[in-house]
Amino acid sequence: MNWLIAISNILINPIFYKSMLNNATPLIFASLGGTYSETTGVVNIALEGIMLAGAFASVVFTYITGSPWIGVLMAMYVGGAMGMLHALASVKYKGDQIVSGTALILLSQGITGFLLQRIFGEPGSSELVKTLPTWNIEIFRRIPFIGSIIGNLSPLVYIAFICVILSHFLIFKTKLGLRMRAVGENPEAADTLGINVYNVRYFGVIMSGVLASLGGAFLSVGELGQFTENMSNGRGFIALAAMIFGNWKPFGAMWASLLFGMAESFSYQIQTQSILRLPPEIKYLFLMIPFVLTLVVVAGFVGKTRSPASDGIPYEKE
Amino acid sequence: MGEKGEYNLSIAKSIMVEIDRMDIKKLSECKVAMIGITKRFPGVLANDKVNLYVKEGEIHAIVGENGAGKTTLMKQLYGLIKLDSGTIFMNGKKIVINTPGDAILNGIGMVHQHFMLVPPLTVAENIVLGMEPVKGIVFDINKAREDVKELSEKYALHVDPDVKIEDISVGMQQRVEILKTLYRGADLLILDEPTAVLTPQETEELFTVMKSLKKQGKTIIFITHKLNEVMAITDYVTVMRLGKVTGRVNTKDTNPNELARMMVGRNVLLRVNKKPPHFGKKIFEIKDLWVKDNRNLDAVKGLSLQIRKGEILGIAGVAGNGQSELVEAITGLRRAEAGKIVFDGMNITNWTPKQVRKAGIAHVTEDRLKYGLIVKYPISYNFILAHYDEVPYSNGGFLNFNTINTKADKLIKEFDVRTPSRDVLVGALSGGNQQKVIVAREFYFTPKFAVVAQPTRGLDIGAIEFIHNKILEMRDKGIGMLLVSMELEEIFSLSDRIAVMYEGEIMGIVKPEETTVETVGLMMAGARLTEIKADDSRYEEKDV
Amino acid sequence: MIRDMKKKMFKNFITFFKRDTFVIPLASIVLSLFIAALVILSIGKNPVIAYASLIKGSFGNVQAFITTMIKLTPLILTGLAVAFGFRAGLFNIGAEGQLSMGALAATMFGVYITSVPAIIAIPIAILGGMAAGGAWGAIAGYLKAKTGAHEVISTIMLNYIAALLANFMVNGPFQAVGTGIPKSPEITDAAKLPVMISVQASSLSIGIIISLIAAVIIYVIIQRTTVGYEIKAVGFNPYAAEYGGISIAKNIVLAMFISGALAGLAGTVEVLGLHHRFLGTLSAGKGFDGISIALIGQNNPIGVVFAALLIAALRTGSNQMQFAGIPKHIIIIVQGLVIFFIATERLVKTLILWKERKEEEVLQK
Repeated sequence: MNWLIAISNILINPIFYKSMLNNATPLIFASLGGTYSETTGVVNIALEGIMLAGAFASVVFTYITGSPWIGVLMAMYVGGAMGMLHALASVKYKGDQIVSGTALILLSQGITGFLLQRIFGEPGSSELVKTLPTWNIEIFRRIPFIGSIIGNLSPLVYIAFICVILSHFLIFKTKLGLRMRAVGENPEAADTLGINVYNVRYFGVIMSGVLASLGGAFLSVGELGQFTENMSNGRGFIALAAMIFGNWKPFGAMWASLLFGMAESFSYQIQTQSILRLPPEIKYLFLMIPFVLTLVVVAGFVGKTRSPASDGIPYEKE
Repeated sequence: MGEKGEYNLSIAKSIMVEIDRMDIKKLSECKVAMIGITKRFPGVLANDKVNLYVKEGEIHAIVGENGAGKTTLMKQLYGLIKLDSGTIFMNGKKIVINTPGDAILNGIGMVHQHFMLVPPLTVAENIVLGMEPVKGIVFDINKAREDVKELSEKYALHVDPDVKIEDISVGMQQRVEILKTLYRGADLLILDEPTAVLTPQETEELFTVMKSLKKQGKTIIFITHKLNEVMAITDYVTVMRLGKVTGRVNTKDTNPNELARMMVGRNVLLRVNKKPPHFGKKIFEIKDLWVKDNRNLDAVKGLSLQIRKGEILGIAGVAGNGQSELVEAITGLRRAEAGKIVFDGMNITNWTPKQVRKAGIAHVTEDRLKYGLIVKYPISYNFILAHYDEVPYSNGGFLNFNTINTKADKLIKEFDVRTPSRDVLVGALSGGNQQKVIVAREFYFTPKFAVVAQPTRGLDIGAIEFIHNKILEMRDKGIGMLLVSMELEEIFSLSDRIAVMYEGEIMGIVKPEETTVETVGLMMAGARLTEIKADDSRYEEKDV
Repeated sequence: MIRDMKKKMFKNFITFFKRDTFVIPLASIVLSLFIAALVILSIGKNPVIAYASLIKGSFGNVQAFITTMIKLTPLILTGLAVAFGFRAGLFNIGAEGQLSMGALAATMFGVYITSVPAIIAIPIAILGGMAAGGAWGAIAGYLKAKTGAHEVISTIMLNYIAALLANFMVNGPFQAVGTGIPKSPEITDAAKLPVMISVQASSLSIGIIISLIAAVIIYVIIQRTTVGYEIKAVGFNPYAAEYGGISIAKNIVLAMFISGALAGLAGTVEVLGLHHRFLGTLSAGKGFDGISIALIGQNNPIGVVFAALLIAALRTGSNQMQFAGIPKHIIIIVQGLVIFFIATERLVKTLILWKERKEEEVLQK
């Protein structure tokens, strides 16, 4: 009975939905990134590391310039560069894409940890920097209940949803999108038609880096105003699950990210329900919810969605 | 200067000589001329100073055995592989082709042996891919659709622009491939073994299309190893063997025997030593079998058949009519939805591959690299696949390297596998030797029954003869066999009875000596034996 | 004559060391250390001093050496765990969580099984730890075999779940009385591994022997048994394995179980030989180090032992570097670089070939 009351308390509180959107935003960016990369046939598990690098770069450049927007731009630049590195390894040198992704995650952890200590003087976390000011959207704000959820959020939340629409348009309505899908399915066929398979793949992987780093920037200058070591905390991998669950499509990835965001939001909100009189250590069990959900989703839907046929296979010209 | 440099120089010299010898006027008559083409792959000289002259508006056949270098030559013309040395002339002018894009710009189109299509995209999307019409930044799918419709009407190649490639037949897919080249404005079409996937009747249709393309001024290079097709449709023939050109002749001045001699380098005996059969009792039976394919559609639909000891039942049919699914269901690699498979009195339906093998069924797989071999294992390890856990090859969980090696040496000798050592990785062997490894493994353990699929695909005549004789040897030992092959010739020369499969069903079972290629061809296209007989008898009545 | 013979011997010597499995990791390590030196240079420190303090910190004296050996013990095992997975074509990123679960189970056995002699207590704790780690790995194997869920995602998720479960245990039901960082009660003395050498506060238990024995056993399993034959076959070509009657599902689960059991054993020796209790932070990246170790060791158990020694030395020595003002994250950067170069094998090959060509030119002159 107490549980029912606690859960309904959560469900009628707009904060639950607002935090769902906030939690979903980095996942949306990263899972869109994954979608770009895998649509062209390159598996990118480095998303986790790219998010971390994006979070760090945006804090550092905000710290230096005082402008969080410059921080975000630099995060995109760094993310693109990391995407480029992954593309170099997996497209040009035809390396194992998962091994290369692992290397980039480690590199990102090492470099951010190293520079954190050099720039801010101590390990663990950075100084506080300015966050992106939230946007007030009057039209949304006037709607009752919903307005208090979507009326006043970080600009990156709105940008995430705009990116979903733009990505859908790019992948399914443009010439480039058609070529991306062709390259991910049958690179040889694309090659025989004079399409440069490598360039298309470079584009997909670099875009995945840019988008994932936006997700990282949201974590730091979008929400917290600070960088903490390993702050991406598995979100890159959850984003991969969201991409699979979303059937390698932008809108699918968005819905899946919202589901994971909701799970995360729930795992925090349930701890605050005093009516349940929970012991403090129980929070660790609640924090498992998004990870368990990811496991269930990956196990339950992997065979039922369809990945690009040449996903993960380097293209080798004769 | 190294050996290689001298070699290149000698090639360069020979090209000069070749060009000198050629009448310049003749060169300008050629739609395309490839002079002194040399291409070396690790360990193989795929093309050795090849010269090819194709005249405008002709259908030009390039014939040769598997591995003769035909496809390699054409891939160089289409920019898929770079040539080591040599020159390409088009309409009398020297051209350089580095990528397929260059080839397309020069009006060259190629229909590959394995179709280059993107299955989840539509017909129209596949045809325009790479040259997409756009409206602003948006891909203009309506224009694409109209262009495709127009094109398909102009050349009488009918396709539905809006269906996905994965949902259409092989014949239709081939039409899409041809339209792809025409959409790019190709006036030189390369068709690489286009009839391999077609029924005799579909082949006739393709020939009609080729003739009409010729009439519209297109030049066609037609790669094949089927000599009757060469005689039927082409104007000129270039014959290749082991990377070299061994003959050039006007089609009307030659005959299949002469072509075969040029292809193989000796008089060919395409007959095998087939003794009269000694059938035993029934060893294998399928009753009303239903199997689904990867897309969850019915691939085998209520199929039934029986095979006796010492009998080869050949399954003829165009690829993709349920043969693979049938074989996989028998050997435990795919679930049977309904029906019964009975072997030696046991109901083996949906047994695991291991159980099927232990019961005494051998399986020569159609896809030797995907299923048949572990290319990163040495030859000796591949010989014991499926028997590694049996005494004497292992004992108490430990591999017994002495017996494994002794056996490997014995099989290498007995089956004439050309390899420096049993420790060589199978991936390093040629296709023919890889196939011998599989056949050796499957036949060595003297099975009671064997499922043999595409045993000679991609092999040269020597290896084909060897494997055919091994298959007959097994039959004469009293082993029952199910033989699946796309090669009608193979089916006719080995089988005791022929069952023709079409869309998952058997259209009829005939004896090779009592039937004709035409009858089998009609069945391959979906006519039932009973219908054909009815038709025949009607004709007979008319005659009367 | 003699010069010719010398030349020939030199050539043989070269060809032996030219084997990819040897050259690629070695070249990758050298390249990575070189790039890291540039990084150190860029923050105004002297890389020579940095690397000297690294070596001093890891092998400079007996205590440093013992510390390196203590670090080496679990790293051999996590390296073997990842390497064994790779042999079956599986990328087990979950050694971290499997180590944690193994350590937790071993601690429980060590705490609750009292009043038995060491000869019984130790094997029980070890088997318990291996079984728990193995089971944690087998979950990912089962999901892959049953549903096709990629093991990279599922093992990562299991890592997070294991870490949270560990925190829950040491903050709740399995918490030791007292203050300080959350930890479990101490295990009984009988379950502690015997100590071989002890210098000041560092004592090296026989855990290192257990690790080396494990390496030998895994080598034998991979090279000489039918289990190894099956697992490698599945790793190389699952279709052909299935065609030959080898069950893919069974071998995926088995390989993940063995892999997880090795990681679990790593956690077990950490508890029985070093900490003597369970800590929430016990894994501390040792599972992830296993990935670098397996890749550098080219999935060969013997190679793994040497690769683990390298990483252990880097880890131990990095503390000394920290004193010299170089953040110890440089070690993670080095690892990242090494893996990146191993992934881009062809890049490394082009670099080496370029060097070789130059060498040949020099030789010809």
